[in-house]
Amino acid sequence: MTHSKDSLDSISAKTVSTFDGISADQMYREHILDHYKNPRNQGTLKDALHSHEDNPLCGDEIDMYIEIKDNKIKNISFTSEGCAISQASASMLTEYVKGKDIEKIAALSRESMQELLGIDVTAMRVKCMMLPLKAVKMIVFRQMGKQKENERMIEGEL
Amino acid sequence: MRQDTKITDNVAKEFPLLARKQITFLDSASTSQKPISVITAERRFYETSNANVHRGIYKLSAEATKLYEQAHKKVAALVNCDPEEVIFTRNATESINLVMYSYGRQQLKKERKKDNIVTSMLEHHSNFVPWQQLCAHRQAELRVIDIDSDGNLDMKHAEKLIDDNTKIVAITHVSNALGTIVDIKRIIRLAHKKRAITVIDASQSVPHMKVDFKKLDADFIAFSGHKMLGPTGIGVLVGKKALLNSMQPFLYGGDMISSVTVKETTWNELPWKFEAGTPNIAGAVGLATAVEYMQKVGINKIEQHEEELAQYALKSLKSISDITIIGNPAKRAGIISFNVDKIHPHDIASILDTEDICIRAGHHCCQPLMKKLNLTATCRISFHIYNTKDDIDKLCAGIKKAQQVFK
Repeated sequence: MTHSKDSLDSISAKTVSTFDGISADQMYREHILDHYKNPRNQGTLKDALHSHEDNPLCGDEIDMYIEIKDNKIKNISFTSEGCAISQASASMLTEYVKGKDIEKIAALSRESMQELLGIDVTAMRVKCMMLPLKAVKMIVFRQMGKQKENERMIEGEL
Repeated sequence: MRQDTKITDNVAKEFPLLARKQITFLDSASTSQKPISVITAERRFYETSNANVHRGIYKLSAEATKLYEQAHKKVAALVNCDPEEVIFTRNATESINLVMYSYGRQQLKKERKKDNIVTSMLEHHSNFVPWQQLCAHRQAELRVIDIDSDGNLDMKHAEKLIDDNTKIVAITHVSNALGTIVDIKRIIRLAHKKRAITVIDASQSVPHMKVDFKKLDADFIAFSGHKMLGPTGIGVLVGKKALLNSMQPFLYGGDMISSVTVKETTWNELPWKFEAGTPNIAGAVGLATAVEYMQKVGINKIEQHEEELAQYALKSLKSISDITIIGNPAKRAGIISFNVDKIHPHDIASILDTEDICIRAGHHCCQPLMKKLNLTATCRISFHIYNTKDDIDKLCAGIKKAQQVFK
């Protein structure tokens, strides 16, 4: 095959990488892999508050079980299926929220999750990281009677 | 180890993105990269020929009209049909929806209640959801042809499902998830025996192999420009003239009319009857250039090249431990789905991404199929003319790296 007349001359030959600065080692740190392989707080809780969340685009699924007493998270567990980021996120988040005030949990954000996990995730993986928090917040908002927040979250705003 | 065939050596240089970015692009089933000739053709159209079509008296409009009509002819020549049978849409999804609205809604009658539409487990949502919804609105039955354990369409099941009450048979030519090449000729014969019409999703076949509309005797085929080295925003519906003439328009408005009075409107001739409003003229010019490019390389060569790559990739992937190839179709296109033990496809894709290797991970818009296979997601690689064996070597090294990370 011969070259087309439209050569690439006009375009700089400089190679550009799509690399966004996050390496495999940075995203899959040892503690992430540890939580993925040995998840804490896994299982179901009888008579607890429950929520189910999924990420239809990738098939990540999570069931969250929470016992609340005196506005504090007394006990929490989860069952889930998904990637290392979502699994590790669930394990670490459940460890973190245990014993904490639900008002404080309601205020957790994407930034807090990033801090909690201690890793940089690429833009496409933020949803995986946020899924467990979404499941926890569903229960917390319901408990706090924050119907509006609940609805907004269902619509994917939070 | 570089074992490129002669075509790919030159070809990769003709795709600016691949020449500039150090990436290994293995997701052409999602969208293909574009050769410089396609990009230039669109730009040149705006720089030198831009005007609306079928409207102006002036020379510039005549020139744009000529280019736009030529694009229909070029696509017609590619798939062997008449230029009047080529309708430009936004993409294959819109093409299939056009058939659903203009043919399906007209043909399926609510009061009959026993009509059925036959589709298959291999379908992309775009050739599944429109028919599912039409059936729901018309109280018709949606029948789904099953697959065997290798991912081939179960032809015996097809024979059983397609009956005298079948109005439409909507089947994909190539599975975008498993790479299965379906014997659509046989399906089309089955459908016609029962006087049902066929809608073939050719999104994964026209960009990679010879598809002959007349020889297949299909009633409709749909495909997207962006998967065949062309621009986004332009797709094609090819339909038999007699059927297209019998159908109501899909969209009403400018250019699709012959005459309008306060009381009534008569429709323009084919294909303009189905191309209401100002079309994607530059996109059509780009698509025509993509067709030229494919023909210059040679459709058979593209098919052969991808077949070689698929064989090489299968062999290479199988040599890595703990890899499961999903499906083992009798005839496979340049698409392979696989999973790696104990590592979620998203994690594989993320780690490959850190090596600038682009693969798809997910359900591939085939949720019924994934459910049937008892999977939530797979890793998928797919090829086009610019891919090389070197890309596959890089992929395999990347997978091994992911296995190291998760060890």
